[in-house]
Amino acid sequence: MANASIENVKKSFGEVEVLHGISCEIHDGEFIVILGPSGCGKSTLLRLIAGLEKITSGIIKIEERVVNNLEPADRDIAMVFQNYALYPHMTVFNNMAYGLKIRKMSKTEIERRVNKAADILELSELLSRKPRQLSGGQRQRVAMGRCIVREPKLFLFDEPLSNLDAKLRVQMRLEIRRLHQSLNITSIYVTHDQVEAMTLADRLIVMDNGFAGQIGTPLDVYKKPANKFVAGFIGSPAMNFFDTTISDDGRSILLSSGESMKLSGQGLPENKGSTVTVGIRPEHFTVCSENEAQFHLRTDQVEKLGADTLVHGFFKDNGVSLTLRLNGIQHFEKDNLLPMQVAPENVHVFDQNTDKRLNK
Amino acid sequence: MFMEKQRVVFNNQVLPYLLLAPQVAITLVFFIWPASQALFQSVLQEDPFGLSSTFIWFDNFKMIFTDENYRNSLGTTAIFSLLVAASSMSIALLLAVLANRVIFAGRLYKTLVIWPYAVATMVAGVLWYFLFNPTAGIISHFLKNMNYDWNHSLYEGQAFFLVILASVWRQISYNFIFFLAGLQSIPPSLIEASAIDGASPFRRFWTIVFPLLSPTSFFLIVVNVVYAFFDTFGVIDAVTGGGPNNATNILVFKVYHDGFKGLDFGSSAAQSVILMGIVIALTIVQFRYIERKVHY
Amino acid sequence: MVHNRPLLTVVTHGIILLGILVLIFPIYVTFVASTHTLQAILEVPMPLLPGKEFINNYLMVLTSGSNSVGVSVGKMMINSLIMALGISIGKIIISLLAAYALVYFRFRFRNFFFWLIFITLMLPVEVRILPTYEVVAKMGILNSYTGLILPLIASATATFLFRQFFMSIPNELCEAARVDGAGPVRFFIDIILPMSRTSIAALFVILFIYGWNQYLWPLLITTDEQFYTMLIGIKRMLDVGEGQVEWQLVMASTMLAIIPPVLVVVQMQKQFIQGLTETEK
Repeated sequence: MANASIENVKKSFGEVEVLHGISCEIHDGEFIVILGPSGCGKSTLLRLIAGLEKITSGIIKIEERVVNNLEPADRDIAMVFQNYALYPHMTVFNNMAYGLKIRKMSKTEIERRVNKAADILELSELLSRKPRQLSGGQRQRVAMGRCIVREPKLFLFDEPLSNLDAKLRVQMRLEIRRLHQSLNITSIYVTHDQVEAMTLADRLIVMDNGFAGQIGTPLDVYKKPANKFVAGFIGSPAMNFFDTTISDDGRSILLSSGESMKLSGQGLPENKGSTVTVGIRPEHFTVCSENEAQFHLRTDQVEKLGADTLVHGFFKDNGVSLTLRLNGIQHFEKDNLLPMQVAPENVHVFDQNTDKRLNK
Repeated sequence: MFMEKQRVVFNNQVLPYLLLAPQVAITLVFFIWPASQALFQSVLQEDPFGLSSTFIWFDNFKMIFTDENYRNSLGTTAIFSLLVAASSMSIALLLAVLANRVIFAGRLYKTLVIWPYAVATMVAGVLWYFLFNPTAGIISHFLKNMNYDWNHSLYEGQAFFLVILASVWRQISYNFIFFLAGLQSIPPSLIEASAIDGASPFRRFWTIVFPLLSPTSFFLIVVNVVYAFFDTFGVIDAVTGGGPNNATNILVFKVYHDGFKGLDFGSSAAQSVILMGIVIALTIVQFRYIERKVHY
Repeated sequence: MVHNRPLLTVVTHGIILLGILVLIFPIYVTFVASTHTLQAILEVPMPLLPGKEFINNYLMVLTSGSNSVGVSVGKMMINSLIMALGISIGKIIISLLAAYALVYFRFRFRNFFFWLIFITLMLPVEVRILPTYEVVAKMGILNSYTGLILPLIASATATFLFRQFFMSIPNELCEAARVDGAGPVRFFIDIILPMSRTSIAALFVILFIYGWNQYLWPLLITTDEQFYTMLIGIKRMLDVGEGQVEWQLVMASTMLAIIPPVLVVVQMQKQFIQGLTETEK
């Protein structure tokens, strides 16, 4: 159990800077998820914390100790790799014991720790098997076992579930959560899967092209995305974006058909009249009655998923396309005009140039 | 082969040198130094007592290329390697194609065709030398009964034939292994598609299988030529000693003979240099082509 | 199989069997000759069935050699064995080390060393026989096991084979070991070596055969009969000039020269093929 911090961490490969100054305080026992698309630098960040890459500038501390120049083995961390990286010629027991053997731990202590970890992870019957005799999920657990026996200050996970099939992923997700709840070791977890991120994280770092787009709890990030990237990355189907203007009184946004949507609170008086980018999540549209309608949607395609219905369509007058997510099974004809409304707090406004969030 | 992806490395600076030391040391002492010596000696001429040597630039090379014996040896080697390569490859290809088709006893056949690789080329020479020996050989006796006078220490053509036979015999296994592997890597769906298209087995082979084997074939051509140039030394030494009348005096044998028996170091060195040039050319061709293949 | 044509199948098997026969025939004749007396052989045509002299001939050849060679074949077999083992084991060890250095470290001159080793591919012993002989002579290791083995154990093919194999090992394994606390030496011993087992076995087969079948090099540097290898001994037995070649002994020795490598190939056929196809990539 430890806290950790990364202060203005930058990383360049040769001339190319891939991390542009990331900072975050990590609290004791926290489960931090670094989330982002491929190539955003999340694995690089993790590897810097692990010590597998050298940091270009900035400070990484683990429990107040600056670890910038320490070898991974000296940072008191343990890591689960995407491909598990189990030693193929060693048994499960030896895989878990290897790190302890190098640290010259006594045989009895090694046995105690390995058996305890095997117990927690339900690996006790597999201790004498070799990795190739194990299923994907079992290998995953051995990889975690290798970490647990070290009793480290930090657990690092590098997209550990991406090689598993969907069903197994759900199962392992829950196991990781349970593990964290019982062991309470500070963890940093990298993934591109937002479902994993939302369900496992105490806090998220959403990364975009080497920048930390937003750092916050999952619900924070969902309800109040700090910029267009984060808004579009979290949530599936993705948030709808369209450009439009703010009304003269700053309290609503104008749609080309003459219709408008209200903004929450005082609106955006500083931005009245300017063009902005508006974002609304598919699940936040409601079909209502004609007199409650704020605007109309012309339906195009309807996808019935059973639990939800996805309606793809266009704003009444212009060609801007929208996707709606409605509950249950619903039927619509093509080219219907649906009366719609959106609650004001679900209308997100972003600056057209900086992509930053404008409303509070 | 030279592509290196982003690789994890250790930071140790001294250790790599220590690890490389044995190989580098031996390479320098037994490869680079002698090779440079050969280059150096090839432009020298030693006096008969070995006391001094004079710089004669390319005179050694000029002498070699105007020497009828050497030109003869060049020609002999060229024909020899062509015949050895062509014969052993075609026979091996035939056997591989056939072996690829049979399911019954396929594995047994494979084992039986492969093991001659373990026989040294020199031994292959001895084996066939024995069979064709003018006094004790079975086959030569058989030929004599048919009124064919066999004496390969007398007749140049026969000697040439014998060394080719021995060299080919031994190389079939090697080519067989690679052709078989090449055949087995052809997706069966291609063959099946062409069968549905109505092609006979013969036609299928020439229009589909053979072209798909061309990387293997090309690779084997180079290997076989190198084999015929160098590894067949043992055959020549065991069977004919280069004769009769230099009929089987291939380049590598000549280098040995002129250097160790004839004690003409300058000439031998120059010949070595020419051989080096040939190997380098062949190696470059091989790597160039294979790398191109990788880039497909 | 796309179609079923019984005639084709019969012809196929026929040709293969013919081929195998041609491959086996010389060996068979050699074996038969090694079991007869010299007279029986000289009375052409030699009988095609094995004779009774098996034990006599082989025993004689193993213990006392022949008239033309003062040393027993038994001793020569040991020499060949030492040479073959020395070359194969030596090559494997130094190639493992060199490949490890080339793959897992970044250091100045790495490229230089890579190309240095690569060049040796283009310098088979046959193109440098005289000067290499001189070097060996100057080092005083003519007529010695060292002289037989040392010049032949630095080869590029083994090094590149291992290099290729090491490059196929996922980076993550090395990183996991690093996180576990393993330095380069531990990583090599605990992880790389065990994982290389099959490559090592495959290479061993190829190199053993290569070492056992060496001819030109031992021919050059051994004049002392004590250091003759099998092949040199056989050649000497044939080089009797005006005297009578003792065919039955020559054939017995030849069989003895053939059997060990053939055994290795047949026993380890899988590794052998793997070794061949991988070294040539």
